[in-house]
Amino acid sequence: MTDGLSRHPQGELAQLLVVRSLRVKRAAREILTGIDLEVARGEVCMLMGASGSGKTTILRTVAALQAFDGGSIQVGNFRLGPGSLPRESKLGPLRRSVGMVFQAHALFEHLTAVENVMLAPVHALGWTRERAEHVARELLRSLEVEHRADALPRQLSGGEAQRVAIARALAPGPALLLMDEPTSALDQTRRAGLGAVIRELARAGRALLIATHDTEFARRYADRTVALENGITV
Amino acid sequence: MHRKTSGEAGLTQSLLRVIILTLTVLVAVSVYACVPSSPESTALRWGGDAEGGAPFVEADAADPSIVRGFDVEIAEMIAAGLDRKPQFVQVGWASIEQSVERGDFEMGMSGIEDRPELRARLAVTIPYFEFYETLAVRTADSARFRTLASLKGRKVGTLGATMAYDILLDESKRAGLIPVSYDDDVHPYTDLVEGRVDAVLLDNIIAERSLRRRVGSFYIQPTPVATGQYVAVLAQRDSSLRDSANVILRTAMVDGSLERVFKSWNVWDSRQIAYFANQIAAAQLPQSTQRAQPRDRSVSAYLPALFRAAGVTLVLSFLAMTLAVLLGIGVAAGRVYGHPVLRPLLTIYVEVVRGTPLLLQLFVIYYGLSGIVRLPAFLAAVLGLGLNYAAYEAEIYRSALNAISPLQLEAGRTLGLSEFKILRLIRGPQALRIALAPMTNDFVALLKDSSLVSVITVIELTKQTSIYATNIGSWVIPGMLCATVYLAMSLPLSQLARVIERRWSVA
Repeated sequence: MTDGLSRHPQGELAQLLVVRSLRVKRAAREILTGIDLEVARGEVCMLMGASGSGKTTILRTVAALQAFDGGSIQVGNFRLGPGSLPRESKLGPLRRSVGMVFQAHALFEHLTAVENVMLAPVHALGWTRERAEHVARELLRSLEVEHRADALPRQLSGGEAQRVAIARALAPGPALLLMDEPTSALDQTRRAGLGAVIRELARAGRALLIATHDTEFARRYADRTVALENGITV
Repeated sequence: MHRKTSGEAGLTQSLLRVIILTLTVLVAVSVYACVPSSPESTALRWGGDAEGGAPFVEADAADPSIVRGFDVEIAEMIAAGLDRKPQFVQVGWASIEQSVERGDFEMGMSGIEDRPELRARLAVTIPYFEFYETLAVRTADSARFRTLASLKGRKVGTLGATMAYDILLDESKRAGLIPVSYDDDVHPYTDLVEGRVDAVLLDNIIAERSLRRRVGSFYIQPTPVATGQYVAVLAQRDSSLRDSANVILRTAMVDGSLERVFKSWNVWDSRQIAYFANQIAAAQLPQSTQRAQPRDRSVSAYLPALFRAAGVTLVLSFLAMTLAVLLGIGVAAGRVYGHPVLRPLLTIYVEVVRGTPLLLQLFVIYYGLSGIVRLPAFLAAVLGLGLNYAAYEAEIYRSALNAISPLQLEAGRTLGLSEFKILRLIRGPQALRIALAPMTNDFVALLKDSSLVSVITVIELTKQTSIYATNIGSWVIPGMLCATVYLAMSLPLSQLARVIERRWSVA
């Protein structure tokens, strides 16, 4: 299994995520008009821009939830091209190396927090329930929500739900973590807590691509910011 | 207090006016329809069932308001004797006695059998025709099944709530045959020919008529099983009208006009001559009404049959619902995930089933398909109800599947789960929670709709109740007992639906 790392021919550390000339059209309108973007392992890259500038669209194309019309997306050794999305069975390597935290968390409403985190390890990776539960509880502990492990999503606060969603995305061990507007529902204290988590993940070697319009948050926690306006990087 | 705007108030007022007007018209129409015609009115309203057909009452194919038959001619004879104009009212055969009591018409006729319990609650005329309960068997069995006693363990069909059915019930205890009750007198004979029943016990007139329709397809045993008489029925308050009708009937027996009517319909035979002679001779004697020992009509005698029938209803409903749920899941999954060719086919199935009456579907499955596959009645009932409810279940599941946010499915995809696993682990379980309450409601509805399967000879709770009600001549106690049993079965389910709704609606 690829770990998402590869050496560039020149010998320098290659970027984990490489986006080239990404174009997305919706109806007649171009939402993204040639985006270039790289994120390296251990790096926190934040996509900045007003709502509607295309931040979420970039995350969705990288997560192979949405097709694109031009350019390419490379995650480790896996390359996505323009046109309709490949069959889900062909997306295995990408799914294992990219995790996503949705703005609305999208926790599975019928499962408890720990069951949400265990779902992918057990059913996508084939781990035993014991191993999956151990890892899930460890993740929840590191994110300081272990005490809410057996609560249902509707019983969690916004901040707790977000941490569970992060744990769920991290459970299969992705090299790249995508986050969509993670600060939108958080107060100042929670925001600082999230910032600390993000820095810790990067320190542990993960690449993070985060869409946000929170300039203060980006200034404090991003290694690099990419500003988007009308579908292009500025 | 919240004040309405003038526009709102105007709308409410005109709505109110429309509702009041509609209600007034409805009440007026129903009062007019229900008022019993007074004896002074020139028309003699008499009720019969044209579905019974010739020679009793048969509707003209071109104009169903024109009826023919010996019952029609006798009604006309009575009306003429009273110097009134006959006016026919169509009513289902099984409802004639109740309708005449209610006052929908003054006199009911359509091959109505004289029975002791009939005389207990209605004004009954003298019998005007004697018939025989005859046994019809397949030609090949004519030597084997000569009597009811020879039909041990065999199915014998007849019309429900008749003297023949009572005879079969008695014989089921004595000879161990299996009575099969029908709602009409045509299907017992088609089922006899097709082998679903081994014999049919019915009036000789009906048996001979059926034999003429399908010559040589079965055999009528020459020895009658029992004798019965046809009478006209009136409400007890109309007993003086009944007495006048009796005078007219006796006169017609004496002067030969009744004989001419029966001859013209080919039902006159030597036995009628003796019967008429007896009737005229007995005219002066007090009438002996007790020709048969009255059956035990008490509630306790009825309870075992009631509980058996409730068991049939319950088992039938459970099996049909299981089929409906399994098939419904398949159809819903097919409509959401299926191949573009499959989807419209499933849509057609759902729309056809939901757009046609369940009663029709049951007839088609049991009788319509009998040329291709001869389903046992109970299986046909389970299939009919199951296939029907599957369409409704499929719609519930489909909308429940579509109610799950696409974000939940995308979250599943980013975690590397296959589409099938997303359905099984994420979409399905959440959809089930949405579907459970409407599903439980549907089960309650199915429990009640299962009463329709009596049209294909399955005796369930409602049919058993209607047989009992006909026997004792009242719906009060049977109706209350039946309602109690239905409620005992459906209330816990409704309660369950409410609990489920409460538990899972807090999303």
